[in-house]
Amino acid sequence: MSGTYLGMPAFPKAAAVSTRDSRLRANLAHATRTIRDKRARAVAELDDWAQLRAAGAAVKDRTLRHLDHYLEQLEAAVTAAGGHVHWAADAKEANRIVTALVRETGEHEVVKVKSMATQEIGLNEALAEAGIRAYETDLAELIVQLGDDLPSHILVPAIHRNRAEIRDIFRREMGNWGRPAPDDLSDSPAELAEAARRHLREKFLSAKVGISGANFMVAETGTLVVVESEGNGRMCLTLPQTLISVVGIEKVVPTWQDLEIFLQLLPRSSTAERMNPYTSTWTGTTDGDGPESFHLVLLDNGRTDTLADTVGRQALRCIRCSACLNVCPVYERAGGHAYGSPYPGPIGAIITPQLRGVEGTLEASLPYASSLCGACYEVCPVAIDIPEVLVHLRERVVEGGPVTRGGARTVLRPARGHAAERAAMRAAGWVLGHPGVLRAGMRFAARTRKLHPRRLPGPGRAWSDTRDLPAVPAESFRDWWQRTRGTGSVPAKQAGDEK
Amino acid sequence: MSGRDVVLGRVRRALADVPGGEGPGGPPVVRDYRRVHGSRTTAETVDLLAGNLADYRAIVHRSDAEGLPALIGRLLAERGARTVVVPPGLERSWTAAADVRLVEDRASSTPHELDAVDSVVTGCALALAETGTIVLDAGPDQGRRRITLIPDHHLCVVRVPDQVVGSVPEALPRLSPGRPLTWISGPSATSDIELDRVEGVHGPRTLEVILLAGGAGAG
Ligand code: SF4
Repeated sequence: MSGTYLGMPAFPKAAAVSTRDSRLRANLAHATRTIRDKRARAVAELDDWAQLRAAGAAVKDRTLRHLDHYLEQLEAAVTAAGGHVHWAADAKEANRIVTALVRETGEHEVVKVKSMATQEIGLNEALAEAGIRAYETDLAELIVQLGDDLPSHILVPAIHRNRAEIRDIFRREMGNWGRPAPDDLSDSPAELAEAARRHLREKFLSAKVGISGANFMVAETGTLVVVESEGNGRMCLTLPQTLISVVGIEKVVPTWQDLEIFLQLLPRSSTAERMNPYTSTWTGTTDGDGPESFHLVLLDNGRTDTLADTVGRQALRCIRCSACLNVCPVYERAGGHAYGSPYPGPIGAIITPQLRGVEGTLEASLPYASSLCGACYEVCPVAIDIPEVLVHLRERVVEGGPVTRGGARTVLRPARGHAAERAAMRAAGWVLGHPGVLRAGMRFAARTRKLHPRRLPGPGRAWSDTRDLPAVPAESFRDWWQRTRGTGSVPAKQAGDEK
Repeated sequence: MSGRDVVLGRVRRALADVPGGEGPGGPPVVRDYRRVHGSRTTAETVDLLAGNLADYRAIVHRSDAEGLPALIGRLLAERGARTVVVPPGLERSWTAAADVRLVEDRASSTPHELDAVDSVVTGCALALAETGTIVLDAGPDQGRRRITLIPDHHLCVVRVPDQVVGSVPEALPRLSPGRPLTWISGPSATSDIELDRVEGVHGPRTLEVILLAGGAGAG
């Protein structure tokens, strides 16, 4: 399995590969357009969307500002309900905890429901090293896993695969993992889904250990919430004897009542449904129903470093709906893999450099993987000002400054003259060199301008003063570029390479 | 130092900018969103539920108490169901007219045994009209979560209007977080293959909802 993103090339290089793949581009363009339109209709049904959005952001902000309090409250409630809480400062620690928990059960196989946190920490690989096989059960994750591939979209991780490819992968690989696909399997989505149902059923029915993430954790009650569509989540949460949930510390919300906001925002913003087919909630263990033992692994892995940045902190509000991906002209052209982490698109461009630091070449390039058109901010159900954070991170890359890494404060040196700087320049050049990206960006910007904050607070201000002009984004971007680079020349060699 | 101390210590250092006097209850959250969207009569709320259930491909029937056993019997027969799992607290009369073998929901039954069962008949905790959702809370007439998960056909009875609420904000106060909840909006589905919606992946591929009239205030 190549489920690791280590050693991924910086954004522009990976993006160049994707943009040359015309089928991938067509799949992505079709998919993002479809979801985008459906989502707009689902959101329009609620005339109080703006109020829900503001309340969602406010609840998350409140929680983040008192995260220690709510985490301790959550821990106490989960423990009182019969669960066990573990704390993991980083990926290694989390993998060690989960591996030990699985080993205690004596099992060598686990079923998994899609979880970005476990992708982030590379759990499947860590389990494999310990001789434990992890079966992904979300249809798209199954396609990705069988295809020895990486997910490219938060919601539709196999968005880069078309039906014929999926049929080929199923025919070739299912037999190596369990029940093979029927010989005469066609490429109709219904038949492919049926093949997945049969393939996974045996695993669900005999699974002893399930591993999940969670969309929300309620501090006052100790309740975890998983939102899904296919029923594989219910299988993993209900049938095994042992359930292990690995959840980022930012997923906590204070009260049961707060779910009334997020259970309206998330389904409509994500799958564009009034409600997703299945939502499961559980609190510790229940006698005679579901797992006998429940473990919650609370994951930091860079989240507290993100929390320490008062501008970047808002990224931790994210509820992983993927709406920002589907409106992003850069994502549509570059594809999810270019972002080099389980978090693609605009959210990936602000979360990955914060979780990992901006020192690496990929991480330094990500804040430049944007035309700053603002469409992501407009659709974000928790009002994360992604352009503001992007600009903030660009300044970190170029100018350096105070950051927190692994819980320790340190001062970052400017990237000038380093590989990180060159990676950032190339990413910026890639965006500038794709007229389609900028044109789409202009379209969004024109439509959404009235929703943008008039000026950005703090260090991004000089830039935002130019952004608010009726200039096309390319111009304001170039202005910004000149100001920070001081050279006045745009890397022209990238221009016009969009096919 | 334990992982717990490390993480909590980092959180506290990261929040150095938050004023010491600000308690966990602040800053304020303005909840000026709606408790329910639009105003409807009770009958209209039930109609909205029926419409939204159907919109997400649940099959909706209406019945009164008298007609219920015959309806359940007919639906199971049409489906060709021979074995039906029922929760311990389900009204006996509901399945009295069904020509099927009833399987009790027992702690000792294995998932494989449930996989051989054709259908499941349950009540519910409540239903949400705006989203077309039924909620199960593992109560006596609903049983363990797995019995509504493994069989391929789920017949769910909703008492209208007593068990119907308008919206998500109206639903949560009526549900107990201490119970395991399953919110169901139509049969399971996936759009993972080229965004083509396919109904029925791992959960029951057919969801039939019977709106049972006769609760207080029904008309
Ligand atoms: S940043 Fe906002 S829009 Fe993007 S995935 Fe997160 S919540 Fe959704």
